[in-house]
Parts: sequence; structure tokens; C-alpha cells
Amino acid sequence: MTSSIPIATTIASSLGVEGATVELIGVVKDYGSHRALNSIDLKIKPGEFIALLGPSGCGKTTALRALSGLELVNGGQILIDGVDVAAVPTNKRDIGMVFQSYSLFPHMTSLENVEFGLRMRKVAKDERRSRALEALQMVGLGTFAERFAHQLSGGQQQRVALARALVTRPRVLLLDEPLSALDAKVRVSLRDEIRRIQTELGITTVFVTHDQEEALAVADRVAVMKDGVIEQIGTPEELYTTPASPFVADFVGLSNRVSAELSGGKVVVHGKKLDLLGEPMPDGPVTAYIRPEDVAIEGKGIPATVVASSFLGSLRRTQVVLDDGSLLSIQHDVDTRPQPGDAVFLRLKGAPVSAVPRTVNAPVAEVAVP
Amino acid sequence: MTSAHRIGTEPGKVTRAIILGVVGLLFAIPIIAMIQFTFRDGLGGGLTLDHWTGLFGEDAARTYRSLFQAIGNSAVLAVVTVAIVLVILLPTMILVHIQFPKIKRVLEFICIVPITVPAIVLVVGLAPVYSVVVKLFGSGAWTLAFAYGITVLPYAYRSIQANLDAVPVVTLSEAARSLGAGWVTILRTVLLPNLRRGVLAACFISVAVVLGEFTLASLLNRVNLQTALLQISQSDPYVAVIFAFLALLLVFVLLLLIGRLGSLQTRSVGRNRKES
Repeated sequence: MTSSIPIATTIASSLGVEGATVELIGVVKDYGSHRALNSIDLKIKPGEFIALLGPSGCGKTTALRALSGLELVNGGQILIDGVDVAAVPTNKRDIGMVFQSYSLFPHMTSLENVEFGLRMRKVAKDERRSRALEALQMVGLGTFAERFAHQLSGGQQQRVALARALVTRPRVLLLDEPLSALDAKVRVSLRDEIRRIQTELGITTVFVTHDQEEALAVADRVAVMKDGVIEQIGTPEELYTTPASPFVADFVGLSNRVSAELSGGKVVVHGKKLDLLGEPMPDGPVTAYIRPEDVAIEGKGIPATVVASSFLGSLRRTQVVLDDGSLLSIQHDVDTRPQPGDAVFLRLKGAPVSAVPRTVNAPVAEVAVP
Repeated sequence: MTSAHRIGTEPGKVTRAIILGVVGLLFAIPIIAMIQFTFRDGLGGGLTLDHWTGLFGEDAARTYRSLFQAIGNSAVLAVVTVAIVLVILLPTMILVHIQFPKIKRVLEFICIVPITVPAIVLVVGLAPVYSVVVKLFGSGAWTLAFAYGITVLPYAYRSIQANLDAVPVVTLSEAARSLGAGWVTILRTVLLPNLRRGVLAACFISVAVVLGEFTLASLLNRVNLQTALLQISQSDPYVAVIFAFLALLLVFVLLLLIGRLGSLQTRSVGRNRKES
């Protein structure tokens, strides 16, 4: 497919979208006795791209659906440009939404699908058609206007869905895991295209995903959710380098869980004192979360034996077992090529770490987790 | 025995031909006998067109007045029954599918129950209900449609449900809502076009059931095609068989149409593909 970037720049300005301020204040959503959203607070600036990231069941999709009006909340306020829309039905909220599953109307062509929202707004036929065609061109599908959904690939269907969501010039764009049904290559390409179009249009966007790489790659800020609450919200860099909780450290990027001691506010790991991230804790045994790139293979240091080593393109990831039997994952450059069975020495680079209190006899899962 | 003859495998060509032949004969012999009977010239054994041409003769309207009236009644019954399916059952099913999926099983049970109740039992239950119906709506034959609305439930439900399960109704309606559509618009412009096949099948099957129904009409003292055929068969069995055959033909055509509905959409899509 040819690139649509030059066309998109022109069209984006002609679409005339303006981002809105979105605010969730104390939003609560219950499903029977289960609390899916537990007093969520979130403020999104105009034109900002926010990703809601978290494992299945954390409430990220519920939060998005609450914002769209597809789920009515049990409490709290949902403000768009300062107006509480919590009780406003979906079709009156002026939002655009792209769904996880393909949601094109099967009996309509791509063009008719894109025109649908404009028809609902009683836009004149000629203007409707020209705007729909522009939107299709913006997503690089100008020549696919007469195709039905089943004549398009998954990626193309989601592009049409994106054009359909944007053509009405909504105040907020909601993306509910729109890439999850696509293959890896298309995911990356469409992900980048969504970000490009969003940047050009300046539309406030909320993107739900369980894929940390996707969230870190496209979002201005990422809200990591767990059990119906936002654990931490920040830029991708903030989340990665200063995770506010072990859960965030564990969920965003890779982390080694290592037995350690907290002493005088420092986390002591194999004799090395590391700064503690987050809230201070009382001294005692802890589980520390150490990034694979914060451990180096050196000529001297902590003795270990290589278990496995994988080539990942621009870097290499090696698993080692320490003398105490704990496993550790290390990320290093591709020039170092340790072989299984090799004796190596490790050095902790000294980056601050997250930690969580641990009872002395509790087992620690040492393997790095994605 | 070869693997081709294991249980669950597709039968061979010869076996298929035999099965089709036997089943075909089972259906064809009575129909051929019906047709042959309509051309029979009394007990003499000869053939004649008189029974057919008699239907278009000058006295036909007078002679077969009750029969034509019964056909009219059945047509009205078919229309009202289809209306009940479209106005009550269809929206209920869509509503349950989208908003109350937890009670889907309950609705299914309710809709399937009539097929398990013998017509005679149904009549016993309906008789006191119809004493109220008569007071409210009179004793016109069309009131029988209320009972038919119940008897067609299992067939109509199955047709519509199969289509509902095949279309992502929830996602489509949510997408339409996010684009600014209200529920009536969603039903009219998004859901119905995608449920066309199931809805039409439900309508045609309802018509077929209504045209073939005898017990309820007879026991509730209403005149429809089947009761009239029985009545006329006692004085003119040839005409009764002709009309029975024509009714069968109509139902057959309706069932054929149901089968063709799926391919219509495929064709139009194929045409669009060519054009693009």
C-alpha cells in the first residue's frame, strides 16, 4: 500500500478536529458485587494521546466504555470540556470509537460506512460524500471506497473504522484494542499510522491496550490499571524508569524479582546498595525488581552460570543462574555471546529499584517476567 | 471394510443416489398421485381437464365461494401472523440479544415450548382465552392469528436466532450508537439489513405453517383453507385436491425462496467486486 502521509496532512487540517479536555472524577462502575472501576480519577489534556494499559480484567475497557456511554457508571463524573456527560447517551456524546472486533456494517461499502455518522448528523449528500472520501484517503484507502467489509483485510477494515470514527470530527477518539486482531507487522504499521493521524488532527485520544510495547510506543502518557484503579500514570519514560509500584515495574517492561534486604532506606542486593523507588518502607527482607538492562556481564562480580541466551536483533537476552539457585535475566549488546554452561560474573549497574516487603521464608520467583 | 465406510464419513456416490432416490420417491409419489387424481375422469379411468377448467368457469365464483373465502381468511391470517412475528417476536429477540443476554435461555425455552404441546392440548387451553378474545375483537377468522402467533414461535425463533448468532449485533449496534444513531435508526438501517435472511425465513415459515394448519381452526370453529378443503372434499374431491396441491406448491416456492436468500447477498457482493 502506498503511503498516505502527504495527503493526510492536507486532509487532517480540512477535517478540522479539535481536541477536548476529558476528566474522569471518582468514576465507579459495579457489575453486581464486582467493582470494575474503583473511583477512577483521570485528566486528559486537549489533543493528548493517553493509553490505558493493564492485564485482562483490570477495568481499562470498562473505563473506555464508561467514557463512551456504552456503560453507565454507578458514580462519579465524566467531563468533556467541563460538561458532565455521565448521563448523556452514547449517540449524543460526540465521540468517535474504533472497536476491537471488526465493526464495519457488512451490508455497506467502505464509503457508505464512513458516511454513516455524517448521515446521522444530516450532512448534505455532496458534502457527506466528499468528506467520507477525504477520510478514506487519509487512512490510505481512497481507492477502496466501493469495497465491502469482507473484501478488505483486517488492517484495512480497521483503517476504514478509523476513518469512520474521525469523519464526524468528534471531540474525543476512543480506541478499544483496535490492533489486537491484526498480525504483528500490520499492528506496528497501523499503530504508527494512528499516532501520526492523531498528532496531525490534534484529537484527544484514549487508547486501550494490554500490550505494553504498543502503549509505550504511541502514547503521550500511559495509565497503568489494576483491579479497577489506576496504579500509576505518567510518560512512558517515567513508567519505565520510576515505576510507582512493584506491579507497574512488573507489568511495564521486564523485571527480575530478586531476594534483597532493605537497610537504612537502601535496597541491598548481593552486597550492592541500590536506591529505593516509591514510598519508604521499614527495614527488612524485600523482593526487589531489577531491570535486565540494569545488570551487566563483567570480568568480576557476582558469579553465575549461563542457562540460555537469545538473539533479539539489536540486543541479546541471557538467562543466568546464581550460586543461590536464583534465575536472572540480563540484557546486553549482541557482541557478547555467552553460551549455556559458561561461568560469568555480573555487576549491578546501580539503578534505583522498586521493592515490596517479603516474609523471610516466602519463595521468590526469580525469573524475569514480561 | 474401507475407511470410506466408517461412521461419520461422507457416503459414496451410489449410496447418495440411492438415499436421494428413495427420499425423492417418498415425496414424489403422493404428489404425482395428487396431480394424476386431479385429471381423473370419474371412476371410468380416463383423463380430463374439466376439474381444472371448472375453476375458471362462469359458476366457479359461486360454486366455490366458501373455498375462496377460506383462501382469503388464510391470507389474512398469514399476514397478521407475520405481523405478530415482526412486531413482537423480532424486537423482543433483538432487545434480549443486545441488552439482556442473561435471559436468552428463558426466551428460547418459552419460544420452543409450543412445539412440544399437541394442538389438541393447545386448543383446550386456548378455548377459554378465545371466549375473551371474541368479546374484545369479535369472532372473525383473523383472530385465529393470535393462536398462530404462538404455534409459529419455535420456527420463527430458530430462523431469527440463527441469523442473530451469525451477525455481531452487539458490536454493530454499539458502533452505530457511537456514530450518533438512535435505537430506531440502528434497527432500521443497521440490524434489519443484516438480519434480512433470518427475518424473511421466519416470515415464510410462518406463512407455510399458517397455510397448512387445520386442527386449531377446526376446533376453534374458524374457517381457513384447510377446513374449507375438508368441507369441499366431501362434495368435490377433485377441487379439494387441486387446492391442496396449489397450497403445497406455494409453500414449496416459499421454502425455495428461503434457500435462495443467502445466495442473493453473495451475488450482489460478487457484482460489486467485479465493478470495483
